[in-house]
Amino acid sequence: MSINEPASVTLSESPGKIALRTLARDRRSWISLSILGVILLLALIAPFYASSIAHTDPFKSTLNATISVGGVTRQVLEPSTEGLGLGITPIGPTGRPGAYLLGADNQGRDVAARLLYGARNTLFIGASAALVTILLSLLIGLIAGYRRGFVDSVLSRLLDVIWAFPVYLLSISLSVVLLTSGLSLGFIHVGPGSIALPIFIIGIVYIPYVARPIRGQVLALREREFVRAAVGSGAKHSTIIFREILPNVLPSVLVFIPIMFALAMLTESALSFLSIGVQPPQASWGTIINDGLGLLYTRPVVALAPGLLIVLTAASLNLFGDAVRDGLDPKTRARGDS
Amino acid sequence: MFFVLFSISVLVFLIFFATPGVDPAARIAGRNADQLTLQQVRASFELDKPIPMRYLSMMNHLFVSQDLTSYVNRGAKVLPQLTQAIPATLSLVFGAAIIWLLVGIFMGIAAASSKRKWMDPTISFLGIVGISLPVYWLGEVVNLITQSKLHNSVFRWVPPLGYVPLTQNPWQWFLHLIFPWLTLALLYAGIYIRVLRSEILTVMREDYIKTERAKGAGEKRILYKHATRMSLITIVSLFGLDFGALVGGSALLTEVVFGIQGVGKLTFSALQNFDLPLIMATVMYASFFVVLANAVVDILYAVLDPRVRRV
Repeated sequence: MSINEPASVTLSESPGKIALRTLARDRRSWISLSILGVILLLALIAPFYASSIAHTDPFKSTLNATISVGGVTRQVLEPSTEGLGLGITPIGPTGRPGAYLLGADNQGRDVAARLLYGARNTLFIGASAALVTILLSLLIGLIAGYRRGFVDSVLSRLLDVIWAFPVYLLSISLSVVLLTSGLSLGFIHVGPGSIALPIFIIGIVYIPYVARPIRGQVLALREREFVRAAVGSGAKHSTIIFREILPNVLPSVLVFIPIMFALAMLTESALSFLSIGVQPPQASWGTIINDGLGLLYTRPVVALAPGLLIVLTAASLNLFGDAVRDGLDPKTRARGDS
Repeated sequence: MFFVLFSISVLVFLIFFATPGVDPAARIAGRNADQLTLQQVRASFELDKPIPMRYLSMMNHLFVSQDLTSYVNRGAKVLPQLTQAIPATLSLVFGAAIIWLLVGIFMGIAAASSKRKWMDPTISFLGIVGISLPVYWLGEVVNLITQSKLHNSVFRWVPPLGYVPLTQNPWQWFLHLIFPWLTLALLYAGIYIRVLRSEILTVMREDYIKTERAKGAGEKRILYKHATRMSLITIVSLFGLDFGALVGGSALLTEVVFGIQGVGKLTFSALQNFDLPLIMATVMYASFFVVLANAVVDILYAVLDPRVRRV
């Protein structure tokens, strides 16, 4: 960070620029950003894919539909031939662009189109929840670390309580309660099926993980000479917080963004898998895995494809997170360790 | 410690009974229940009493007389259900913990110290994959591999999903749990590899390591006696928290996927049925483990890190 740099600081580049350049030189950031870019693009073209390439409505059950594959007309939901011959087997991957590229789920819906729509929800919830976590944590960390004393002990205690509550238990509890009734806080009303609920829930449960380290940093910064100098020279609280303290906690906050994104995404998919996250008719990768469970042994692609996408996205985010961390940490740079 | 447990119990109680817009009576009575039924439900479950009274009564039944009964299966006591589920969860978490600690420590040291150029990137990549895998999906994939077509050839020895108590048949216990162990361990092995690697690299930059080198200590001695030992302190605290959370019910997804009747699965079904007494019991049990793990970690800290002891 800039504080420890020698007096010739005016001649050298700003820490932010150095970090960006290190990041741009890092192979890991290019690999991960390209993968994320492709996935984002796929999510964006979802409506176009459904209407112009697959020609299906991925949210409507089509129980009696037929399609023609290579000149042969087949039912989308075929009666099972294996086992007892009961039930139905949806059509498998057709392997050609157009309808049912990856086959259908047990309601005859196009899996490929649903995956693209699911990507939208999964990515949106992951990113928004991560932002909620980080912004609230920053707020709590700054207030607790800066005000210290009573405010700090109340906030820290609150964080301790949430911390002792296993993340999945808390998020599942909140989901189960809020899913049936929605959330009404004063003038804010969120409907039971809204994707704002998982965003809110996941955003809340991870706050202690981010707020605690930020608070610690702010506490330490509060004792540093340059902050004391600002206090001594009679600067306003807002000036000290925004001009002196915030720029110094920003690097660690930036490191948290990709990691929390990945974590929030994995949590969302787990909640949706337990059918208490994203609610039908909406789809996310987690709900598609859940849809694919009953077909696991006959049409495994329905459950496998969204899982692979989750792994790919989360791994890219974590890889990017590593690159950002190393780029912002002057120590690893000095070691020549990429 | 008591404060945290107390706050959590209040928090859970409020989540389920005082969230704006949530009517527990309507949940219990089912959809489209008429007013009369709702009133009967309220009276029968004491939902018409003020919230603090209900909280005290529930805590009294849970901890003092220990005869708290379920809302869903009227009359069924909650505590026996919980104690029955604990061995399955403990078996799952213990086995997985041994695997992930061995793998994590071994590979973490290897990644931080190996002279071979490909070793560190490869292990770091494995670590990233490990932390990016959704555990429930991995479990389903494992089931697909071991329970489907290959079940007739390579994986003939894999028993069907479920759990067999250790006391009943140790060999079957082991066979039933081997894949759940591996599945659960993979995620945590990923975390531990990453943490240990970066900890060792950080310690290696410390001044006292330079002093050791100047004194002529061998690289092996520095790595194991100093760097790894210091880094293990972080691993111990991480392990305490993870272990506590897992025993407390975070192994839920693994239990659901592999059909293991443990605490996590019990909690999940209780949550789905809105069976508050059972939820209360499992959550109190879970947070007790987390808080206990925190305390044990603090003690171990003192054993491992002489600096803490002296203060």
